[in-house]
Amino acid sequence: MDMKRRDFLKLAGVGATLGVGGRALWEVVRGEEAFASSPHRETSEGLRWAMVVDTVKCAEHADCRDCIAACHKAHNVPRFEDPRHEIKWIWRETFAGAFPDENHVFMGREVLSRTVPVLCNHCDNPPCVRVCPTGATFKRKKDGVVMMDMHRCIGCRYCIAGCPYGARSFNWVDPRDHLPEVNQDYPTRTRGVVEKCTFCVERIALNPANPVPACVEACRFGALVFGNLGDEASPVRRALAGRFTLRRKPGLGTGPSVFYLI
Amino acid sequence: MLEKALQGGRRYWTWLAAVGAVILVGFVAWLWQVRVGLGVTGLSRDVSWGLYIAQFTFLVGVAASAVMVVLPYYLHNYKVFGRVTILGEFLAISAVILCMLFIFVDMGQPRRVLNVALHPTPNSVMFWDMVSLGGYLLLNVLITRVTLDAERKEVAPPGWIKPIIILSIPWAISIHTVTAFLYSGLAARPFWLTAILAPRFLASAFSAGPAILILLCLFVRRVSRFDPGLEAVRKLAVIVAYAMAVNCFFVLLEMFTALYSDIPHHVEHFRYLYVGLGEAKALVPWAWTSAVLSAAALVLLLVPGLRNNLKVLPWTCVVVVFGLWIDKGIDLIVAGFVPNQVGHVTEYAPTLPEVLITLGVYGIGLFVLTVLYKVGLAVKEAEAA
Repeated sequence: MDMKRRDFLKLAGVGATLGVGGRALWEVVRGEEAFASSPHRETSEGLRWAMVVDTVKCAEHADCRDCIAACHKAHNVPRFEDPRHEIKWIWRETFAGAFPDENHVFMGREVLSRTVPVLCNHCDNPPCVRVCPTGATFKRKKDGVVMMDMHRCIGCRYCIAGCPYGARSFNWVDPRDHLPEVNQDYPTRTRGVVEKCTFCVERIALNPANPVPACVEACRFGALVFGNLGDEASPVRRALAGRFTLRRKPGLGTGPSVFYLI
Repeated sequence: MLEKALQGGRRYWTWLAAVGAVILVGFVAWLWQVRVGLGVTGLSRDVSWGLYIAQFTFLVGVAASAVMVVLPYYLHNYKVFGRVTILGEFLAISAVILCMLFIFVDMGQPRRVLNVALHPTPNSVMFWDMVSLGGYLLLNVLITRVTLDAERKEVAPPGWIKPIIILSIPWAISIHTVTAFLYSGLAARPFWLTAILAPRFLASAFSAGPAILILLCLFVRRVSRFDPGLEAVRKLAVIVAYAMAVNCFFVLLEMFTALYSDIPHHVEHFRYLYVGLGEAKALVPWAWTSAVLSAAALVLLLVPGLRNNLKVLPWTCVVVVFGLWIDKGIDLIVAGFVPNQVGHVTEYAPTLPEVLITLGVYGIGLFVLTVLYKVGLAVKEAEAA
């Protein structure tokens, strides 16, 4: 019986490599997944980096851009006057823009007027990774960070079409001409490639036990919390346990790793 | 066999020189784009695909449409199409080359294009698009080469080519299906997230493609001693009529689901197309032009007296092609990006370099088509003589 099951799995594996969207089918075929709210099983064990954003604290300091400035400076994110060419790793979005299905006209003015920091969600089931034709964007197995190989990216922008959050930016022109100052500790990019937030992998590499991303470090009000989602004692899990949180576009089944305290 | 392309009259060479000039201008514009980056186009963070990818989408359909002459001839032994299959296959070859070039000029890092083959990624539809388009090109090059060579030597084509021709039939369907999957599998873009996209693509392809082929057949009749046959032209018009009717039906099906269900994320894109979102109305005139042309085409095609009138038919074909080109070559791609993922509205309009590059690429397609037709017609004329 066991062998038969294995053979069946092999067949399903062939189907998965041949058929597009085969992976989802595989999960269903495996049968270990009940049809709960999402057919995609989210990673809940092991190491999975995540962020919690306290939208109340951000709302109290609506003009604060510290996290954005720190991130963009640390990562040599260029500045463009022309919004068409803009590159953003983290920015403030309207509440309705960030949560298109979670707002209504009768909602309290205070909540609706909140602008919330948005960034790459480092999805557990990332559509950008699914569509990338070269593997230039990939999900790191050991900790779930969605990364970019800037040297492999061909600039086809399929990932931009595939990302439901607008988290990805393309270098329409040479970004080096638009850097007020260059941080020598981090690479600059060339024109023609896509980039986005990396959850500060460079900081994770230096301090794997307790990394603090640049945006988190820059926040003076403790509105951003970073930690391992797989560890119940981690700061992110403690923040999630106490209050109501939202994720962006949960209905798409992407399983974002960025959570918003409301 | 290609040497036949080197023997032509003055009109032939003037035409090639004119097309060559367009290619040259486009090439210079492309060099400029490579130097500065895709920032020379009208594309943006919000509308990240535009004219190039839309032309690719339209032309995959033109390439796939060769199946509309290949299938009746080879599967049903419909002899009337025997004279036009080669014209359809040559059109397919030119269209596939155009598709590849339009993808190429859209790339931010064209030097890295081989990464798609060096790092094969089966979970990406774009990888399969490369496989299906590349395969389709090879199949058609092989098929036309072998069948035309046999024709020139006045012998029957070798038996082994038949299964390859049969294979090219589902392969043609696959190229446009996979192209539709590029879009219809994206949760991020509600406008494209519809199962009808692939069948709709095929229907519009089987209408626009044969319409182009009719125009080419009528042109060939005038400029060469080879006659593709009016019966073939009339039969092609019937195919265009059926496909156009099915296409309009599919478009209405899609609209019904989006508009009747009234789900805002699905409705918004249609609103942008047909009435505009606030001040953003760039596509509205295009969308209505396409709708009016399609409706007009349907009347011109469905009334037998009009469809069979060879004075009207070329105009009908122009109406069909232009209406469907707007639909697929502009509206479908751009409207998918407006509004963007967080509800913002950014409009798109191509820039001059972008238009020149697009024309240059089309020039290459026309050049290839001209040379291939020249060779094909030389063989056909020799056979007739």
